[in-house]
Amino acid sequence: MSEHKTVSSGISTLNTDINIAAPDDFYEELIELHRGLSDEQSALVNAKLILLLANHIGDAAVLREAMRAARADAA
Amino acid sequence: MKTYTNPIYLYTRPADLSGSPRHWPVIVAGAGPVGLTAAIDLAQRGIDVLVLDDDNTVSVGSRAICWSKRALEILDRLGCAERIVRKGVEWNVGRIFFRDEQVFDFNLLPESGHHRPAFINLQQYWVEQFLVERLSELSQGELRWQNKVIGITQQTDRVSVRVMTSDGEYTVQADWLIVADGARSPIRGMLGLESEGQVFHDRFLIADIHMKSDFPTERWFWFDPPFHRNQSALLHRQADDVWRIDFQLGWDANPEEEKKHESILPRLKAMLGDKTEFDIEWASVYTFQCRRMRSFRHGHALFAGDAAHLVSPFGARGANSGIQDVDNLVWKLELVLEELAPQSLLDSYDAERTFAADENIRATTRSTDFITPKGQTSRIFRDAVLRLAKRHPFARRLVNAGRLSVPAVLKDSLLNTPDSASFASTTIPGAPAADAPVSGSRGDWLLGYLDQGFTLLAFGTTVPEDAVTALARAPIPVAVVLVGGALAAAGADRIEDRDKLLAARYDAQPGTCYLFRPDEHVCARWRSFDLACVLAAVAHATGQTAAEQEAA
Repeated sequence: MSEHKTVSSGISTLNTDINIAAPDDFYEELIELHRGLSDEQSALVNAKLILLLANHIGDAAVLREAMRAARADAA
Repeated sequence: MKTYTNPIYLYTRPADLSGSPRHWPVIVAGAGPVGLTAAIDLAQRGIDVLVLDDDNTVSVGSRAICWSKRALEILDRLGCAERIVRKGVEWNVGRIFFRDEQVFDFNLLPESGHHRPAFINLQQYWVEQFLVERLSELSQGELRWQNKVIGITQQTDRVSVRVMTSDGEYTVQADWLIVADGARSPIRGMLGLESEGQVFHDRFLIADIHMKSDFPTERWFWFDPPFHRNQSALLHRQADDVWRIDFQLGWDANPEEEKKHESILPRLKAMLGDKTEFDIEWASVYTFQCRRMRSFRHGHALFAGDAAHLVSPFGARGANSGIQDVDNLVWKLELVLEELAPQSLLDSYDAERTFAADENIRATTRSTDFITPKGQTSRIFRDAVLRLAKRHPFARRLVNAGRLSVPAVLKDSLLNTPDSASFASTTIPGAPAADAPVSGSRGDWLLGYLDQGFTLLAFGTTVPEDAVTALARAPIPVAVVLVGGALAAAGADRIEDRDKLLAARYDAQPGTCYLFRPDEHVCARWRSFDLACVLAAVAHATGQTAAEQEAA
């Protein structure tokens, strides 16, 4: 698995290479997390999940880059 | 069908209808790819085997089309793979499309230095025909068409099978019955057993079409394509310019209506364009299920293939895993029939192949859940993954249009002897043999040197001649193959590691020895040769140490 990418200056960039050891296990757990929830409850769970992960990442530059990537093809 | 005429195999009146019923060591119920593979393996080992099938031909329609590397390696041992490879088409590239654009492509091309490719596509009827022809070459095998099993009685040491023919009924007996009578398994029902699991609430149209086309020999998978909105579609090449096309239809589709050619034609024209000429060879509408029997052994009845476990087809894990079932079973059955191993060895068939079935069910369930998302949130995640996949590599690993069949590594099998030294290779106890290019008197690939029984592969060391003899003469014989360096010992095969890949794949040093089971799985390995260790590992891999411990 690739390490979180850092450039020599120490500024982190968003790692978009696979960084999860067992991707299919993760995806199954992610879908399972929503089992039995209404669409509204799921949206709330997703929002909380994003906030938790964002706080864990912390780095403002990385978060900004992730937000840009997520917004890129919103249409 | 334009490209294939189903052979009609003749029914002949069984002699058993008059006179006393014959006793067989093994009866196989079902002449599909799994039953036929079992019968060939048994007959090739010199065991009399009777195959009963209620039909008089091979599969109607292509059904299973992707034959995996491991299945081909097993069929190589049984003298059947070469025809399949020659007739079939090899493919390595897959492409994933979302809506109107390609998201990414992948190449399954395995590392070089293996005899067989990752996959060969060939219609199931061709494979079955080749297997029938191979079985007919073996004098120990008897195949009776239009002989329908209608009753099973289990006794403590045998099975009685009641068979119906157009000339009346008869009964035959066997020490062991291999049940390979397919997904609906009438015999499973007769024994009051169930296969439990999940039915996916979706329907798929599967069609074989004949067309001359410029499409490359690749697997193309579409999510939500413009020609079939909100559903998935698959295009895959087979032999003789026949193409497999799958259309996801949704749960509300009417199977009878969708099967009609007038319903299929507009779908195909939308996909292939108005100008492409094609003929429909065969079409069917399916619902997919993932389920398995709790145990594959019930007394003297042993279940294999779809009768024992069922998976959705994304990943080619149906027929390929069934062939691996009987590869696992037949050598054990041979040792039990010869009273060289306790009957409890057959419980390891159940343990090892239910483990493999669970792996296949898990993989195909995940694929089906990705392709057919359950609910709004699952669909949003799925579409988010597909949208990210074009630009961001991590998301490609999350796209799941089928995780293609790979053999189970039986790492927790009780038949393995745990490592006593450290190794840095994936060929751990329980793993299937990794092929490699070699040179020697019996061809250019390692797997060609693995015996029908146990084989010891010894690297760069001399196994003393008396040890080679002792292994060859043991009640359960072990063939010895020496790799490079060492002086030839009488009775041992000798090969050279021609591209230095063999030693690398097995992390071998001078002295390293690997012991392979008859199904080519590693069961023990050492850093130096020791006759007593090898004999103990064979006893362990044939259930003898476990039986002794139980008796003690």
